[in-house]
Amino acid sequence: MMRSLLSLSVAAAALLASPVLAQTVAITGGKVVIGDGSAPIEGGTVVLRDGKVIAAGSGVAVPAGAQVVDATGKWVTPGLFAGFSRLGLVEVEAVNETNDSSASRGEFSAAIDVTPAINPKVSAVAVNRAAGITRAVVAPIAPAAIFAGMGAVIDLGDDYNAVTKGRAFQFVELGETGSAKAGGSRASAFLEFRNALIEARALANGQRGVPAHPHDALLNRQDAAALVPVVNGEMRLLVHVERAADILNVLKLREEFPALKLVLAGVSEGWLVANQIAAAGVPVIASALNDLPSEFEKTAATQSNIGRMKRAGVTVSIGMINDNDAHRLHYSPQYAGNLVALQRIPGASGLTWDQAFAAISSGPAQALGIDAMLGSLKPGRQGDVVIWDGDPLELSSAPVAVMIDGVQQPLDNRQARLRDRYRTPQEGALPKAYDR
Amino acid sequence: MRYGYLAPLAAIAVVGCANTTSAEGPSSASASAPKAEKVSINENPYPSTYKPYPGQPTAIRNVTIFDGEGGQIDNGVVFFTDGKITAVGDANTPIPADIMVLDGTGKFVTPGIIDIHSHLGDYPSPGVAAHSDGNEATSPVTADVWAEHSVWPQDPGFSRALANGGVTSLQILPGSANLFGGRSVTLKNVPARTMQAMKFPGAPYGLKMACGENPKRVYGSRNQKPASRMGNLAVNRQTWARAAEYKARWDEYERKGGTPPARDIGMDTLKAALEGKIQIHNHCYRADEMAIVIDMAKEFGYKVSTFHHAVESYKIADLLRENNICSAVWADWWGFKMESYDGIPENAAIIQNANACTIIHSDDQDQIQRLNQEAAKALGDGRRMGFNISDATAIRWLTYNPAMAMGIADKTGSLKPGKMADVVLWNANPLSVYARPEKVWVDGALLYDANDPKRRPVSDFELGQPGEGDTK
Repeated sequence: MMRSLLSLSVAAAALLASPVLAQTVAITGGKVVIGDGSAPIEGGTVVLRDGKVIAAGSGVAVPAGAQVVDATGKWVTPGLFAGFSRLGLVEVEAVNETNDSSASRGEFSAAIDVTPAINPKVSAVAVNRAAGITRAVVAPIAPAAIFAGMGAVIDLGDDYNAVTKGRAFQFVELGETGSAKAGGSRASAFLEFRNALIEARALANGQRGVPAHPHDALLNRQDAAALVPVVNGEMRLLVHVERAADILNVLKLREEFPALKLVLAGVSEGWLVANQIAAAGVPVIASALNDLPSEFEKTAATQSNIGRMKRAGVTVSIGMINDNDAHRLHYSPQYAGNLVALQRIPGASGLTWDQAFAAISSGPAQALGIDAMLGSLKPGRQGDVVIWDGDPLELSSAPVAVMIDGVQQPLDNRQARLRDRYRTPQEGALPKAYDR
Repeated sequence: MRYGYLAPLAAIAVVGCANTTSAEGPSSASASAPKAEKVSINENPYPSTYKPYPGQPTAIRNVTIFDGEGGQIDNGVVFFTDGKITAVGDANTPIPADIMVLDGTGKFVTPGIIDIHSHLGDYPSPGVAAHSDGNEATSPVTADVWAEHSVWPQDPGFSRALANGGVTSLQILPGSANLFGGRSVTLKNVPARTMQAMKFPGAPYGLKMACGENPKRVYGSRNQKPASRMGNLAVNRQTWARAAEYKARWDEYERKGGTPPARDIGMDTLKAALEGKIQIHNHCYRADEMAIVIDMAKEFGYKVSTFHHAVESYKIADLLRENNICSAVWADWWGFKMESYDGIPENAAIIQNANACTIIHSDDQDQIQRLNQEAAKALGDGRRMGFNISDATAIRWLTYNPAMAMGIADKTGSLKPGKMADVVLWNANPLSVYARPEKVWVDGALLYDANDPKRRPVSDFELGQPGEGDTK
């Protein structure tokens, strides 16, 4: 055990010391999780080259000249993918100057693009990176309108190139929050939605020489323009919705707007209409452990929700919707582990370990249509790899190494510095301020 | 004087008079007797009506036991009867022949989990405005409010805490908008029609206080005092000074008789706190503020039981140990407000390593369902920094330590003969993410059984709703 730890740290130091692009790395001997729902592979090998996964599994040869990382006794997995977050938008939630998740007094809604608000250096990025999160879906919070704007997919690397995919989706509120934003009723929210898409469509048509954006439009030009790719089906529409009836109404929107590429978020009552969601082929990024009627729209909430949707054939993954979504994305493996635990509760529906891990790795990537690039250790994926000291879903486990795009990442962060300073709370020869 | 504590807020209510002359009507007593009868403050006007539910004598054997006080017994026996723990020991512990015996192979037993910081019932589900009963945010000093008067027993959160979290006792606190938030109440986690029927018999009351951002924000934003941390302290000290005067007047009356002091409901609570009858639970994030509160407590002669949300306890764990004050903390909450900025996941472990009293609390309707998991995370982070902390110690953070801090450790919080049979049988090590309660007993009554849908409480609110009686 000591030996492998040592070799791992030596290799890690070597990786850090040299730029990794154009380098081949083989991680050997670990319990390899591909992340696509398949079972872990004992003694597997993962090969990365030029920042991408070349091969992973058993019987994979170590290429000549490869930097070898011995992961014997460890788990090797794809980096975790936070299926819903506000990561990078917030340093301290209740300190407005540091919180860019929402612009309630701004002029725009759908046109908002979170990209310029993302700060790769917020403390939470480093903290969550050290916990094994390597990618995150980042959605803005809706301002005074149902449309929140365009979200991004980011990486948690220790650099300034955080945005993997900007304008990755439009985010819209169509449940209780949507109702409130639209003036107080769901009827108004759905009308606001329809009107916006109709105006976007008119704008698109106008650009092709048909009647221009009308003067009585409710949407400003930027917001309408931002919705053109949504109504055309070129940009995914992530819809936050919880109540079963609301879910069905959202699915019905495709009758009027057939090109919509829907993804549902939240979906606490999804199990009640799981067959309809499955039949519609709409993926879901669900809250994992909601089990209280914390709002009336979650009256039927149960931790079995994801398991039941999965059984019904829904493509479902885990996201932390309005749930500590700026700082504690590292709860997602705990949540996944809880779904595994449910399998042993009579009457409950959980996930197998393999499904649960996929729900926090390839699942969100699949929901956003980027699973050919991210979320697993299948060949061709970006080299986001985490080496763990144990079962990644278990509470006692932690990463010992994190790579993003094949680049070894520092695991240090502000919390770790505070921990080290106060390991012994008493001052020594000098005040704590000198202890670093 | 804005807070008016010395003014007679209420009529001089003569309650709880020990030897009322029953022949006389209530009004004629004071009218006809020039020498007024000695009055006293009724300390228990809303008494517990909780009665343990029937249970059957039960033994669990071949089970791993965390006794709550830091002990672990492998392949052990837990035996309880008549609502009380009868015996806890190794495999040789005798079990009567005629009782129910459960095989605990591969399973674990702990005392019932205790959450020292909950708002269930006061901020129930659904969280609509009509249910928002946890903060009397109308004055920074509302020592006169009692959390129990807001508890809605039909909050579905109680049943989730029982079934998923194994929680058998919990303290419901007022919120933290105010410096003096009011009285807390300790409940047994049993479904009931009334708050009184949940009330933990004989548990002392608590007083909720709050440091820091919340009071100064809530009142400062209204251009009221306090608008700063120094304002917080000023109002705190003035209030304690008044409480000391109030207590002195009552003490003098007790000694000399005469006209009873004007009754002040809020001051009753502070007087009891000064007398050590009420435990003080102080919401306080920052290390420097905790140190100031420690001195304030010495200034006015009271004792802080526990700092809640103490995300910076790790910076002053030595000071907390010296002053014998518990820290009730989350495993890893941080960054949601400025005073939580320095929260670290090793907080609990560093407090424990300094031999200061460590408690994991929830303050949350969701995390109360997995306090065992929160403890496990904190334990793992402590071990990773090289601290040698046992599993059994981590369980103590959720059982015996909160029981001590709440003043109920003589009754529950550990598996010791004679204590309440508040017991959880887990289907695996509760410090694993894969563990869930299999059975939960409160005072020896089986109130949750994962294998029996009929032993799953369903609140009135949930009846007739989609998902009624579901596994949650």
